[in-house]
Amino acid sequence: MSEQRRLRIFRGTRSSGELKEYAVEAGEGMVVLDAVHKIQAEQAPDLAVRWNCKAGKCGSCSAEVNGRPKLMCMTRLSDYPVEQPITITPMKAFPLVRDLVTDVSWNYEVNKRIPGFRPRTPDAPDGTWRMFQYEVERPQEFRKCIECFLCQDVCHVLRTHGKHQEFIGPAFLVRAAAYETHPLDVAERRDFLKTEGGIALCNITKCCTEVCPESITITDNAIIPLKERVVDAHYDPLAALWRKLTGKSND
Amino acid sequence: MATSLRDLHEGGFGATLRRDSWWVAPALTATVLLSFAVYATWAAGTGTHYEWGPYLSPFYSPLIQTSWWPLSPAFLILVFPLGFRVTCYYYRKAYYRAFFLDPVACAVGEARHGYKGESKLPFLLQNVHRFFMYAAVVFIFILSYDVILALRWPVDGAWRAAGIIPAGSPRTFGIGLGTIVMAANVGLLACYTFGCHSLRHLVGGQVDCFSCARAGQLRYRLWRGVSGLNRHHMTWAWCSLFSVALTDLYIRLCAMGVITDIRIL
Ligand code: SF4
Ligand code: SF4
Ligand code: FES
Ligand code: FES
Repeated sequence: MSEQRRLRIFRGTRSSGELKEYAVEAGEGMVVLDAVHKIQAEQAPDLAVRWNCKAGKCGSCSAEVNGRPKLMCMTRLSDYPVEQPITITPMKAFPLVRDLVTDVSWNYEVNKRIPGFRPRTPDAPDGTWRMFQYEVERPQEFRKCIECFLCQDVCHVLRTHGKHQEFIGPAFLVRAAAYETHPLDVAERRDFLKTEGGIALCNITKCCTEVCPESITITDNAIIPLKERVVDAHYDPLAALWRKLTGKSND
Repeated sequence: MATSLRDLHEGGFGATLRRDSWWVAPALTATVLLSFAVYATWAAGTGTHYEWGPYLSPFYSPLIQTSWWPLSPAFLILVFPLGFRVTCYYYRKAYYRAFFLDPVACAVGEARHGYKGESKLPFLLQNVHRFFMYAAVVFIFILSYDVILALRWPVDGAWRAAGIIPAGSPRTFGIGLGTIVMAANVGLLACYTFGCHSLRHLVGGQVDCFSCARAGQLRYRLWRGVSGLNRHHMTWAWCSLFSVALTDLYIRLCAMGVITDIRIL
């Protein structure tokens, strides 16, 4: 069974461009990326699109379908009404290279600034550690991240307010949480999160959680727990008093 | 047709390429929150009809009778649950979207202004949430005590004429529909309060290595428990908001003589 679908795809560069409409013969089970490839093969050989795995695992094919950040390879055409054209635009939060391709290198720069994983001194004389599955489950959720940057794209702090200099974005709060909640890690990140990380710019409105293709509970499980840790260090007079009295730092 | 990328994307407020009804959720949130605010302010402001028989409205518990406070005593109490909800991580999301339009919905344009998130006053004050949580936990115990009192009915029925039980009347065990309403309300409030993000952090979220922390197993189990409730924090937030208002309404209508309470036992 195949049917005609209309796709409006952004064609252009940073300075100028337009939505161009293409008609394509769509088969059953076809995803947006298939349709884009078909258009590229049959009608627009110069259409720029980034992709790799076609299985929702490499995080390359991020774009916006009818205004919502999506992996094109995981978005079925049949999810959209046949009568209307499907609009496909590049991610808005990053500089455009051409057509559907954006320059996401800012993200890799941000990643380097996060204080990395630093394990405590080894538990055993042979230089190894002991930990249990139940206690690494928390960071494991965050390790599912495929770096598609859809959460960065939808986050209004970056997308609308352009605070790329002041805010590392949900993807890297997830990364920071993966280190921070790891049972072996002992590095201090709360100051980084408060200052350079800009965690207070997040107003926990959860758009990141809504778009994550790996279903990581970004806001509730990563960002809010990190916010609470920042409160411990900077906004809780009782915790400060407790630290003074006991001479202990927080766990 | 647009000629540049910027034209294609959301520019001003409400601009988007989304085709779904993104405005429904924030509109609904705003309507419900406003209705609750109006009802709660009115009910707290009346200073009357907040008790009937062994029942006490949650807006007025614990019952404070003072002469120095000129307004309804409910306002002295409501500061705590109100502060708790206003700084709750879930309600923050709800009202940032619905009232501050920051953003009104995902990938929808905002009216541009100097966005500072929660990094500057007044929103910096959201960081006090944990202190309201401590108070909210106390309130669960107070409201549970009210349910116990709502199980204690006067032996003779003379009080029914006025709806108020004279002090010192002998009492006996009993259950009315209002008792069930009050108990259900406390149950929902407990699910909301014990699923709080700050509590989740306090009981175990702050621990990285449960196997090496003091009382690590206990903290892990507590953290798991709070996390279980926390997963549905939004649902508990709304259900308990409704139940508080409905409990007050039920007792109020009984006290006004509009409805008759059903005595079950
Ligand atoms: S919850 Fe925070 S990080 Fe996630 S999209 Fe909203 S503002 Fe951005
Ligand atoms: S957290 Fe989710 S949405 Fe964000 S980059 Fe990772 S996989 Fe993508
Ligand atoms: S092509 Fe790899 S995620 Fe879509
Ligand atoms: S986060 Fe909602 S009550 Fe604490």
